[in-house]
Amino acid sequence: MATKASRSAARLMMAPAVVLLLGWMLVPLIMTLWFSFTKYLPMRGDSIANGLDWVGFENYGRFVTSSSFWPSVQTTLIIVGGVLVITVALGIVLAILLDQPMWGQGVVRIFVIAPFFVMPTVSALVWKNMFMDPVNGLLAHIWKFFGATPVEWLSQASLPSLIMIVSWQWLPFATLILLTAIQSLDSEQLEAAEMDGAPVLKRFWYIVLPHLSRAVTIVILIQTIFLLSIFAEIFVTTGGAFGTKTLSYLIFQRVLESQNIGLGSAGGVYAIILANIVAIFLMRIVGKNLDA
Amino acid sequence: MYLKNALHAATAISLIATYSAYADTITIATVNNGDMIRMQGLTDDFTAKTGHNVEWVTLEENVLRQRVTTDISTKGGAFDIMTIGMYETPIWGANGWLVPLDNLSAEYDVDDILPAMRNGLSNDGTLYAAPFYGESSMVMYRTDLMEKAGLEMPKAPTWDFIRQAAAAMTDRDNEINGICLRGKAGWGEGGAFITVTANSFGARWFDEGWNAQFDQPEWANALNFFVGMMAESGPPGYATNGFNENLSLFQQGKCGMWIDATVAASFVTNPNDSTVADKVGFALAPDTGLGKRANWLWAWALAIPAGSQKVDAAVQFIEWATSKGYIELVASKEGWANVPPGARTSLYENPEYQKVPFAQMTLDSINAADPTNPTVKPVPYVGIQFVAIPEFAGIATEVSQEFSAVYAGQQTVEEALAKAQALTNDAMEAAGYR
Amino acid sequence: MARAVTPKRKMINTIVAWSVGLLIFFPILWTILTSFKTEAQAINDPPLFLFFDWTLENYSVVQERSDYMRFLWNSVILAGGSTLLGIIVAIPAAWSMAFVPSKRTKDILLWMLSTKMLPAVGVLYPIYLVFIQLGLLDTRAGLTIVLMLINLPIIVWMLYTYFREIPGEILEAARMDGASLKEEILYVLTPMAIPGIASTVLLNFILAWNEAFWTLNLTAAKAAPLTAFIASYSSPEGLFYAKLSAASTMAIAPILVLGWFSQKQLVRGLTFGAVK
Repeated sequence: MATKASRSAARLMMAPAVVLLLGWMLVPLIMTLWFSFTKYLPMRGDSIANGLDWVGFENYGRFVTSSSFWPSVQTTLIIVGGVLVITVALGIVLAILLDQPMWGQGVVRIFVIAPFFVMPTVSALVWKNMFMDPVNGLLAHIWKFFGATPVEWLSQASLPSLIMIVSWQWLPFATLILLTAIQSLDSEQLEAAEMDGAPVLKRFWYIVLPHLSRAVTIVILIQTIFLLSIFAEIFVTTGGAFGTKTLSYLIFQRVLESQNIGLGSAGGVYAIILANIVAIFLMRIVGKNLDA
Repeated sequence: MYLKNALHAATAISLIATYSAYADTITIATVNNGDMIRMQGLTDDFTAKTGHNVEWVTLEENVLRQRVTTDISTKGGAFDIMTIGMYETPIWGANGWLVPLDNLSAEYDVDDILPAMRNGLSNDGTLYAAPFYGESSMVMYRTDLMEKAGLEMPKAPTWDFIRQAAAAMTDRDNEINGICLRGKAGWGEGGAFITVTANSFGARWFDEGWNAQFDQPEWANALNFFVGMMAESGPPGYATNGFNENLSLFQQGKCGMWIDATVAASFVTNPNDSTVADKVGFALAPDTGLGKRANWLWAWALAIPAGSQKVDAAVQFIEWATSKGYIELVASKEGWANVPPGARTSLYENPEYQKVPFAQMTLDSINAADPTNPTVKPVPYVGIQFVAIPEFAGIATEVSQEFSAVYAGQQTVEEALAKAQALTNDAMEAAGYR
Repeated sequence: MARAVTPKRKMINTIVAWSVGLLIFFPILWTILTSFKTEAQAINDPPLFLFFDWTLENYSVVQERSDYMRFLWNSVILAGGSTLLGIIVAIPAAWSMAFVPSKRTKDILLWMLSTKMLPAVGVLYPIYLVFIQLGLLDTRAGLTIVLMLINLPIIVWMLYTYFREIPGEILEAARMDGASLKEEILYVLTPMAIPGIASTVLLNFILAWNEAFWTLNLTAAKAAPLTAFIASYSSPEGLFYAKLSAASTMAIAPILVLGWFSQKQLVRGLTFGAVK
């Protein structure tokens, strides 16, 4: 169908986007790779102008042998996995709920998507101070009201708390996409199944869920991309303490707090590798659904 | 005609040019503490006096540190004045990143700056930042609760007395915690507090050969004492409490004692914010009789990054904001209790200021701190609650995260100290000390 | 879609959905309510829900301390500019991927998405150094470009999925009628893709508005948006819940209002090709 002329036109039209993104990827990537092989301690007077000393794979070795490395990979995967499970599961439930006939559907929908409009910094601040504070937080008041000892959320249940905050932010996104998908479901098919006496769970399992699989794929893919790099939520709530140090937070500590650019850059390269492993993994498992 | 217009335009441009050379706009990065916000509100006075305008970048402390450190180490030049502390100043000054403040005017009277502050903000005798306010740490306690407990606070208490008094003041049913202290991770938060506590127990960060000392009994003693006392008398969730969390607890009347920055004295005695304003007493930070008290020394100071294009205007601003005149300006608008403390000798000689209840104790606390001789045993470093080497912030933040995990009950003191020992030695090796 | 249900069933649906909706919305509602309390009321025990003396004091304190309009304006420019720029670059790219697909289309698309996986903290130094060299530090232009690049993969992908749903015959018919490529895109394709473009614009406006790492680290005074405004209200000294709430409300209100007015549009378009 496509002519030669339209092929070259197509290439030309794709060029700006491709070139821009290639630049955006390559410039920092090459600099990061370069730094990762050098001793770059700006606080000790190292600078590009004075020339950086080549140290080979020393930074790479140091970064992985640090006692924080494997826990941080684990924490990253737990947070990403936890948020994905919660948002997808609750998202499906909410999407089905919002698809039911009811009064004031528009208003409810607004309530449900509202958290998506809140900046991560604001949501972390609000949750940390006004809800999870063990003395003045609202949750502490509720616990006390029922005669229970308030939970010290961000220290004693740090990972679940963090997963909860992030899930709250991303649940609307998952719900929206899943809702759009559910609305496109052929209701006649469902009604026919209902007539045949198929129980609710069976209908859900054999008709609704397969129909949603593509939307779930999309939700998982996009959220993973964003979740792998969450930063503000951790910075504001725990500052990386209590086992909430993700790989990107560890890199932040190396680069900004310790001012060791070489070491942090090596960590950056590891993070890119991890992200790609996760991406390939995702593609293998769910890529079939994405006949892009 | 055309020529004439062009001439007009040229004159206009040159006029603007001369004017702008005279009236600069400087960009200042500062922390969102109350005294700085007050300074922001008084900017008009500076503009009226010098013609220069100011653009403020006010950020929360952690964000500010991250922001100015990136900018100065890359020579970004985004700011003309940075608000930095006693930790950064000597390191950055030694790197040649800051403009030396050696040509301050006579009426500024640089010799009036408290010697402790001036030394802490200098490198090799050159001043690199002017103190906006300075602080040490001291005990703030509730006089009414102390009386109720049947105890009397000495002027210079010991840790044992503090622990005993804390236990006596604690009243869990009424949500009164005997003592509130920092447990929050971060080298400038809980890290600073546990370091000064350890100092008073005879511990030190490094021996003379830069070997980490967390495997020594002094650290275990200090940490066990701290954890034990907080379990008996501390507030719930203290592992996440920093300066500000404790301040609000104290202001709400939920703490019997609080050992923290001397600047907090003006907040806890301010009836607008504090429910216990008229019931607060002060004492020196505690010791264990080994000769070192658990008090630190800190200053928030204004410095000019070496790349700034507007050094003249920046110097003028620093001379304005850290002058005697500025202190008088604040006193005339907000009262003497609210002037920025701890920077100038003349302030403590002022009879008006001597009437402020916490003035003398603040000065005594500052004078009790000695950054060049911070510990019982000898150390190769300068600094009390920090070690003035570039690697310290990163190391101490990780160490304090291990300690906070102890406070939250997630690991034992021994585990945390072993981890701290290992990670500190690793980092020091990476930096080439060992 | 409209299924007939018994009123009782509808009633139950309504009650359950409203409870869940309010629960999810509650943190925002609580923030807004707290912003009208005094600092003392904000930490009152038991918490005060509706019956307190409503005050606007916090808003005036916040406004006095920082020039809200300036941060707001920067946010609007940055989010709007980056989205607009992104759309201009993305429409031709998405068009060619959708209508002249090749074997590599899928790979290119996935590669574009993978550029989003570069951890921002890891490349802060490189980007900062580049920005200094190009004189882009603390400029709206520099930040607009960064935000555009961050969101470009998402924009291209969203547009691509919409364009693919447009039947190719219509474009061919236009071509038969002698429409040029430019006319084809401008007058045939774009109007048909309006809902898709609209929701793409909305989603990316929100993402750019909420971006808090680059907007904080690459700005000082001139180009700082609302994310920097918020960074000066977290944990200052003393009681701060009410002021924090007021600042938070001011930071999220514009985008919340925009989102509410356009939620139908957003819902309609947020398919990412998930709907066959």
